[in-house]
Formats: sequence, structure tokens, C-alpha cells
Amino acid sequence: MNHLYYPGCSLKSTGRAYEESLLAVCATLGVGLTELQDWNCCGATSYMAIDEVKAFALAARNLALAEEQGKVGPGTPTVDLVAPCAACYLVLAKAQHCLEENKEVGGKITAALAAAQLQYTGRVVMRHPLDLFTNALGLDAIKAQVTKPLTGLKVACYYGCQIVRPYATFDDQYHPMTMDHLVTALGGTPVDWPLKTRCCGGSLTGTVQEVGLRMSYHLLKEARKRGADVLLTACPLCQFNLECYQDPMKALFPDHEPLPVLYFTQLMGLALGLERARLGLQRLFVPFRQPVGV
Amino acid sequence: MSETMQSAEPRVGVYVCHCGINIAAKVDIAAVVEFAKTLPYVIVVRDYKFMCSDPGQELLQQDIKELGLNRIVVASCSPLMHEATFRHATEAAGLNQFYFQMANIREHVSWVTADKALATRKSQALVSAAVRRVVLNEPLEHQKVPVKPNVLVVGGGIAGIHAALTLANAGKQVTLVEREPTIGGHMAKFDKTFPTLDCAACILTPKMSMVRSHPNITMLTYAEVVGVEGYVGNFTVKVKKKARYVHEELCVGCNECVEACVYKEGRFTDTFNEGLSKRKPVYMPFPQATPSVVLIDPESCIELKTGKCKKQCATACTRNAIDFTMTDEIVALEVGAIIIATGFQTFDATRIPQYGYGKFPNVYTSLEVERLVNASGPTGGEVQLRDGSTPKRVGIIHCVGSRDEKTNRHCSRVCCMYSLKLAHLIHERTDAEVYNLYIDMRTPGKGYEEFYDKLLKEGVNFIRGRAAEVTDWTVTPEEEGKLVIRAEDTLIGVVRRIPVDMVVLSVGLEAHADADEVRRLFNISCSKEGWFLERHPKLAPVSTFTDGIFIAGACQGPKDIPDTVAQAGAAVAEALALVDRGFVELEPNTAFITKELCSGCHTCIAMCPFSAIRYNKEAGVAEINPALCKGCGTCVAACPSGAAQQHLFTDEQIFQEIEGVLNYV
Ligand SMILES: Cc1cc2nc3c(=O)[nH]c(=O)nc-3n(C[C@H](O)[C@H](O)[C@H](O)COP(=O)(O)OP(=O)(O)OC[C@H]3O[C@@H](n4cnc5c(N)ncnc54)[C@H](O)[C@@H]3O)c2cc1C
Ligand code: SF4
Ligand code: SF4
Repeated sequence: MNHLYYPGCSLKSTGRAYEESLLAVCATLGVGLTELQDWNCCGATSYMAIDEVKAFALAARNLALAEEQGKVGPGTPTVDLVAPCAACYLVLAKAQHCLEENKEVGGKITAALAAAQLQYTGRVVMRHPLDLFTNALGLDAIKAQVTKPLTGLKVACYYGCQIVRPYATFDDQYHPMTMDHLVTALGGTPVDWPLKTRCCGGSLTGTVQEVGLRMSYHLLKEARKRGADVLLTACPLCQFNLECYQDPMKALFPDHEPLPVLYFTQLMGLALGLERARLGLQRLFVPFRQPVGV
Repeated sequence: MSETMQSAEPRVGVYVCHCGINIAAKVDIAAVVEFAKTLPYVIVVRDYKFMCSDPGQELLQQDIKELGLNRIVVASCSPLMHEATFRHATEAAGLNQFYFQMANIREHVSWVTADKALATRKSQALVSAAVRRVVLNEPLEHQKVPVKPNVLVVGGGIAGIHAALTLANAGKQVTLVEREPTIGGHMAKFDKTFPTLDCAACILTPKMSMVRSHPNITMLTYAEVVGVEGYVGNFTVKVKKKARYVHEELCVGCNECVEACVYKEGRFTDTFNEGLSKRKPVYMPFPQATPSVVLIDPESCIELKTGKCKKQCATACTRNAIDFTMTDEIVALEVGAIIIATGFQTFDATRIPQYGYGKFPNVYTSLEVERLVNASGPTGGEVQLRDGSTPKRVGIIHCVGSRDEKTNRHCSRVCCMYSLKLAHLIHERTDAEVYNLYIDMRTPGKGYEEFYDKLLKEGVNFIRGRAAEVTDWTVTPEEEGKLVIRAEDTLIGVVRRIPVDMVVLSVGLEAHADADEVRRLFNISCSKEGWFLERHPKLAPVSTFTDGIFIAGACQGPKDIPDTVAQAGAAVAEALALVDRGFVELEPNTAFITKELCSGCHTCIAMCPFSAIRYNKEAGVAEINPALCKGCGTCVAACPSGAAQQHLFTDEQIFQEIEGVLNYV
């Protein structure tokens, strides 16, 4: 299985551990990921709020590159583009919808692409790694390769607000379950908790910190309350907000108790028996020391 | 009228109507009149302000008599408007009414054409076409078909009950078919009805027992219509009566068998109580069930499943009413008219997972709460949570599965009102703090707004905003152990968290899941949501596109009991108008097959949407039943041999009409 891979800026910086663990896990599972050459910003961040057309043009350039490098075009099948960052995943998908549905903006984007000798014909399928693992690879294939099952580990699966909304393409909008099923396949126990898709604070943590922190704090508190040993995310911003700010969080909410926050790919790697260093676990601020596979 | 006059050389009169200024303002009437005078066979041309008025009609009648006209053309409005008027005028003057032809120069010309010159030319073209056509018209007679006097009512909710009783009181023999073991429909489940809060049972049960005892009503419960054949006035209907395993004529409803059943306690979901209680395999649906006859559920009865039960029920029955060998039975009926009153189903609340129905035990549907507040319900009218405790705070969420792009776009019309009713009953019985979360309060109806006002004064809380979710995520100590409704209060612009013990989901009304099958069975139409379609939303609200079949109650669209009963009355009036007349007149624009030309190829048979064509084996030709033919013309167009033709629309008539338009100058 070979797929094009769009890392986005986070996976090369604050979210390095996400890339490291994803690549290690994919290599182990025999899922080929080829990084898109010459990719650019997906168009997320504040772009979208300030100039939608420019943001979509940026996103569309990546889609056009994916078609070119995936050697698809009119009359051919589609190519998968894997975007692990929830924001990239959403913006790229949004650009696809916009190109399809909004003639006016779509026209401007097509013109912008043409100026760079590019075109996009609608043959890219956006995939989040959760979708890839669950639907393309299949949980049975993953289960077969588990060497250190997560026996006894209670996991709060946190999907964040972006990967199932507004386009619930591969999971339920309100009660997503793909990550829960994955955890079960790895031998762990997902906890039933109600805040799976509630906002982590997003960029508020950087702007109106108190508000952002409160949102993250509630997520961690509820996960703990439901007995979780660890919280899993599928987004670099969620991971950053939930993990790196636990000290200021503690200052603001004295009853806060630290909870490890991992990328779901890191936990997958552990269950597949990979070394901690290959999974970027040394980068954690709140260390995860649960014995796994005993 | 003399034969010679009709077969003589055509003598056409043309009458151009001004329709006040509706036509005259756009069409140069004088020019049309002058033009019409030049057309072949035209003897006289006149114009008049309102041709449909009495003096207008008299104009043409006088000319028929005095000038010996034998063909009439009126250029005026749409045939839908006044064709019948002018046909009658023609007939009254002694001419066969089908010697009349209409040219529509209002809807097709003056109302839709901007340019006066073009409008005039188009009117002239249409008049030319009508004149050429009318010359070829033939005298035809309406077909009279007798109507069977009996009426079938399908569905025994309040709509069907009211319809059956009214018809029976008018002396008609009525068969009422209900698919559940008892009649009563949804209303039988309610304790009180809005806005008067009168006891539902007190007004419904007497009507139910009247149905049972009325000499003119045959009640077939636990039964379904499985086949409908025939046409207006003459339907043959097949009804399947499911086996009850209890003889209806023997059982007196003493319930001894239920007591004696080998199951000491109820074990199986009691659907009448919306699953809030359990019943035995042999059971009475509810105490006032009509007929008051028990039944045995084959899915759960040990004897019926394995043949290895002690059959204590049968032993206990002193009337030998129980019979395990009973089988389904088919009953055939002959009726003249059918009233469909199959009602609605409520929205399945699990389709909106964020409201937690099926996940949190104390999230209820409104119908479940109707059973909870009902004195003869599973808790004897006590509003209790699943653990038996009394709720202190209750949230009622409106518009669940209504006014929502993702589920149903329509407003279910009754849920605001029944939510108010339930808020009142819960508040009255438990003293609980009650919150109604609504998008808009919709309370049009006699005494409805006043009822809302009363609730406001009673201290029930109203929050304007669609609830986002019901969650067990608690943040404050007072929320601990409760369900939290999160909603935006759009009047004060804040997001609120309302901790409650009980959530009531005001589920919307939907068409039955099997509406499409029922629609097919009776050959009527339904909207894409499944509501049965009336022939005209304003002027024919209980008729359908199939003559002789009428609709009433919530199967036509969401409505409350007063509207349901009113509509049932209207359907009865229409059905009576049909059966009391004793015959139906069928339009003679039916198709016919010229035997000599028919090769028996079967092409037309498969194409007829009304199954009006049959193959006559002996003669080797297709035959059209004029009583079933709707004159759609499909077979005429399809026939490769030109054997299928249609009265009033023969090939020659149509060609002349076309030619009239194309060659008019
Ligand atoms: C929770 C709730 C509370 C309500 N409270 C009130 C109130 O207080 N006041 C008020 O005015 N209105 C109220 N309503 C509205 C009321 O229920 C309807 O107006 C009324 O029931 C419509 O009557 P109906 O006979 O058309 O349909 P139904 O009551 O649905 O009866 C239809 C009958 O047809 C039968 N049937 C269905 N399909 C077939 C078939 N194929 N063959 C044979 N039989 C069939 C059904 O079994 C049923 O017995 C409430 C509705 C709900 C959901
Ligand atoms: S079947 Fe017999 S025992 Fe049972 S209710 Fe009827 S009469 Fe009574
Ligand atoms: S009647 Fe009220 S609750 Fe029901 S759908 Fe309409 S607005 Fe919503």
C-alpha cells in the first residue's frame, strides 16, 4: 500500500513526535508513505479568517501537486493524500468542497493554480491516519502485529473538533469510535467519556490563555474522572494544548492532576513493540511510564 | 336534438371572452373576432365581457337554436376553470356537450405574454386550432357506473373511529380495518389532551365501544389490507386477519387466561406502554382495549414456539376461546369508497445520538411520558424515573426530529402543545422544576396561546434555543449525578447548562415507515416524506388522485386531534357524496382499441399505468376497460399498429389542431 503523505508544518516542529511515531508505525505495518515534494502551508492558521481565497489557493496547490505526483488526472482513479494534522486534514478537505461547490471562489482558485502551471481535477482523496488504519488497512491486520498488548490500560480517546466536523466522512460526528476500536484492537480499554469532540481551546491557549487553559483542563479532568490512564489525540495542536500547558493549568486550577497525553500513533507503536525513542516518547513533558505489554 | 342536425355540415360558432380586462387588456379582441370570421365552417363570431356569466352562456345557446349551430368554440380561460360550464350550456341548448371546444387565451396567452401584438396572434392561432378540431369532434356520452354503498375505513385511530361512526350513523355499512389488536391509535395512550386537559379516555373509550357495538360497523382488528382491485365505486379489497389464537366471538375479556399463564410475571416488551412494562405471551393490550379480547403472541408463547407448554391458559378459559390451531384468514370485501386513516409514527430518537436516548436511562420520549402520566399506565400515573424516584428537575426538548435539515424539515405542529401539556402534568404531579427548550413556540389554535400563557404563569421555565446535547459531563457539584442539557439561550445570548433528573424528548411526527407500500396498495400518491397526498391542498384536501379513495388524519400530515376529527368528517362527507349518488360518471375521453387493427402484441398492456388493459385470449386482441382507463394516452402513443385510439384525442383531431396553429394565416 502506497500513499502520498502531507506532513504540514506542525509535524516538522511542535508535532515531531507525531511524525516520528506515524512513520515508525507505518513502516512496521507495511504502509508506504511518500512525502509530497515541495508542499506548502495548508492554508490553516489565521489565513482562513483573513483571506479565504488565498487560504484555499494554498491548500489547492498541495492538492494539485498530489495529483501531479500521484500521476492522476481526468479519466484515472484517485490518489490518497494522508494528512495527520487535524487542521491540515480539514482545510484540505474544505478546499475540495469549495472547489466543487462554490463556482466563484473555485474559479479564482483555478486561475491561481493555472498561473503556476498547475491544475486540480478533483482526484485526491483526503485521508486521516485513523481512516487509513481503520478502513484501508483494517484492524485485523493491526491486531495481528501487536506484540505488547495494552492490557489493562484505560484510554480516553480524544478526537478533537476537526476530523469529524463538519465532514463526517469516516466516523460519526457526535460519537466517533474509530480510535476507540483501534485501542481495543491494541488490547487496551477505551473509556466511555462524553468530551471526545469538545474543543481543546485551539489557539485561545496562545491568545486568551485563561480561557484556553480552562477548556483543556476540563477535558483532562473528565478523562481522569472516567478512569483514564492516558489521553490520546490525533492532532498536534490538541496534543500541544493538552500536554505542554499542564504546569500553568495546575497554577490556575490547583486540583489539576497531571495526565499523559500521547499521539495515538505513539501508543500504537508501543503495542507493536517499537522502541520508545523511535516513537518520540522522550519528548513528552508529562512522562508516560505505564507498563505496557506485561 | 335531431340526428340530422348533428351529422350535418359543421356550423361553428366562435365566442371570444374579454374576461373583464384579464384578456381584453392584452389581446386585441376585435382582431381575433375578425380573424375567426375567416375560418372554415364559421357561421357566427361574437365577443362578450364574461362568457361564463348567464348572459354569456345564453348568447351561445340562442345561436344554437336560432342559427342552427352544431359546433361551439369559446376562447376564454383554462378548461380546468370553465370547460364544464360551457359543456353544460351546450348540452342545455340541445347539442351533445362534446361538440364544444375551448381555446385558452387567458392562462396560455394574456397572463403570460408581454407583447400585445404577439398575444393577439397567439390567440388567433389557438382559435384557428380549436375551430379545425371541433369540426371533427364526435358526440360522446358519459359512462355511468353504479357505486357499491359500503365503505372501508383503514386505520382505527381517532380519525378512523370518527369516520366509521359517522358513516355508520348515516346508515352505511362500514368495515374498519386496524392492524393493531385494538383500535384507538395514539390517542388511546394519552391521559389528557391539550389544550382543555380533558381526559382522553373519557372522550375516546365511549367512541371505541360504540364502534364495537354499532350494527353497521364490522371491525377487523389485528388485520391489514393486502390487496385492492377495481375502481371508484367498485373496489374489491382483500384483508388479512392475523391469527389471535383466541376466538373473538367467544372471549369475554375476563383475563383468567392471562392470570393462569405459565409465566408468573410479564417478560416481554409491552408495546402499548412503549416498553415501560412487561407483558405475558397471552395478554390484553390495555384495559380498555377494543375489542376486549386477549391475544397470544406467537413470538413468545411456548406452545406456539415449541408445542410443549402445559397450556394453563386454555385450561383456565371456561369459554374454550383459546385455539392454538388458528391461522391467518383472508376476508374479501366489496366497497364503493375507501377512507385511509393510518396516522403517523413518532421520530426515532436514537437518530440524534447527542440527546442520549437509549444511552441515558432517564432520557424519555414524549410518548413514554404520556404513558407515565397516564392513570392506567405502568406507574399508575406517577411520574417516576427508572429507579422509581421522583424527578426534581425535568427538561423538555422540543423539535426532536422536526425542523431539522438532518432529520425532518417539517414542523410537527403538535409537539409544542403536547410539550406544554406534559410540562403542566409533570409540574402538577411532582412539583418538579420544569424547563422547556424550544426554537419557536408554535401555538396557533383555539385556546392554545391561552394555554401557553397559563403555563408561563404556572412557573414553568422556557428557554429559547435548540438544545445542543444531553450529557453526563458534570462540572459543578450541583450537576453531579444529573444529566446536563446544554443549550444556547438565544434571548440572553449565553450558553446554559441545565442539570436535570429527567429529559423528555418531544419527538416529531413522521409518516409511517411503510407509507410507500400502503400508497402503492391503494394507488395513491405520497410526498417524498411519505405523507399521503391530497388532490389539491386547498380545494380537495381529503380527495386523492384516485377517485373513490379519501384520506383523513395524520397520515396526510402532522395534525392534532381537533383537525384530525374535522378532516375525518370531511372525508366522510366526500365518501357519502359519492356513494349516495349511486353512480359515477366517467369522462368519455377513454382509449379504445380497433379490433381489426390490433395485432395482439401486448405493448400497451405493460405500459398502462392504471392496469386498464387486458388481453382477450379468444379474440387475440387487447381490450380496454373504460371504467379503469384514465385517458392518459400512453397506449395510444405506444401502439405500433395505430389500433389504440382515444375519444376526444384521435390522431386526426390532434393533427388538425396542430395544423390550425401552424397554418392559421
Ligand atoms: C406524544 C404525543 C402527544 C399528543 N397529544 C395530543 C393532545 O394532547 N391533543 C391533541 O389534539 N393531539 C395530540 N397529539 C396528536 C395526536 O396523536 C394525533 O392528532 C392523532 O393521533 C391523529 O390521529 P390519527 O387517527 O390520524 O392517527 P393515529 O392515532 O396514528 O391512528 C392511526 C391508526 O391506524 C393504524 N394503522 C396504521 N397503519 C395501518 C395499516 N396499514 N393498516 C391498518 N391500520 C393501520 C394504527 O395502528 C393506528 O391505530 C399527540 C401526539 C403525540 C405524539
Ligand atoms: S380467552 Fe378466555 S380466559 Fe382469556 S380473556 Fe378470553 S374469555 Fe377470558
Ligand atoms: S410544533 Fe413546536 S416542537 Fe413541534 S416541530 Fe413545530 S416548533 Fe418544533
